[in-house]
Amino acid sequence: MPPDSQAATAPDIEAVAEQVFTALADPTRRAILAALASGGPATATDLAARLPITRQGIAKHLALLAGAGLVCPEPGERRRVRYRLQSAPMQVAQQFLAALARDWDGPLGALKDHLDRSARPPATTPPRRARGHHG
Amino acid sequence: MGFPDRIERTVELAHPPGAVWTALTTAAGLGTWFGNEAVIDLRPGGAARMRWSHGYAVDMRVERVEEPAVFGFTWQIYGLPEDDPRRTYVEFTLEPAGAGTRLTVVETGFAQLPEDIYRKAFDGNTQGWASELAELAAYLDAA
Repeated sequence: MPPDSQAATAPDIEAVAEQVFTALADPTRRAILAALASGGPATATDLAARLPITRQGIAKHLALLAGAGLVCPEPGERRRVRYRLQSAPMQVAQQFLAALARDWDGPLGALKDHLDRSARPPATTPPRRARGHHG
Repeated sequence: MGFPDRIERTVELAHPPGAVWTALTTAAGLGTWFGNEAVIDLRPGGAARMRWSHGYAVDMRVERVEEPAVFGFTWQIYGLPEDDPRRTYVEFTLEPAGAGTRLTVVETGFAQLPEDIYRKAFDGNTQGWASELAELAAYLDAA
């Protein structure tokens, strides 16, 4: 899971997605991830100043997020550790959500309507309808 | 949790396979019931594209063309960045059913994750913006 483990085997994507959803289930961790996504890398002190939680609380959540590979510690100014959001696990979670969000029933219903409409006059059916979109 | 990799639907259509095939594989068909506009180069490896009036567009690559029984294509996973190489595979199978058609659509590949892509994503993203911002800073400094 960590980026530095070159010899690691293929990650279990289900475990990756689960860690993302577990992280997102907690409002404080959501706030931390959202702060890193919108403002870029930050130290625990930066985050404590911005969020209604103690520095110790922030540090605890950051350790959990780092363990899950969702944030990555890196050296910052004045020897402070900064945390950077890691997007790869989020993209794995997005794959999971994409499967849940895929709506084939809409387009297939639209296909049925299209065939029924165009069965009589075999060609054109001018008014296009915005049914069944991708995603 | 069960990562959903495969989605399958079957519908009975009161139209012969030929008519269903035309709706699935032509720009006029795809641009009417599926997208609002479509282009397609109907051969394996051919490119296709659908656009919707709300602005979304998707590029597809035709994979299987076996008229009038099998039509398959790959397309991007919705929500992932445009340069992400991951694609799902969609396959339509048409079987005659009385005077009509039994149409099955199977989409697979949601749970795919080649190790190298994952590693690249992990290693690449840490650099990504940082290096772009560094390049911008260097550009501005030089100006």
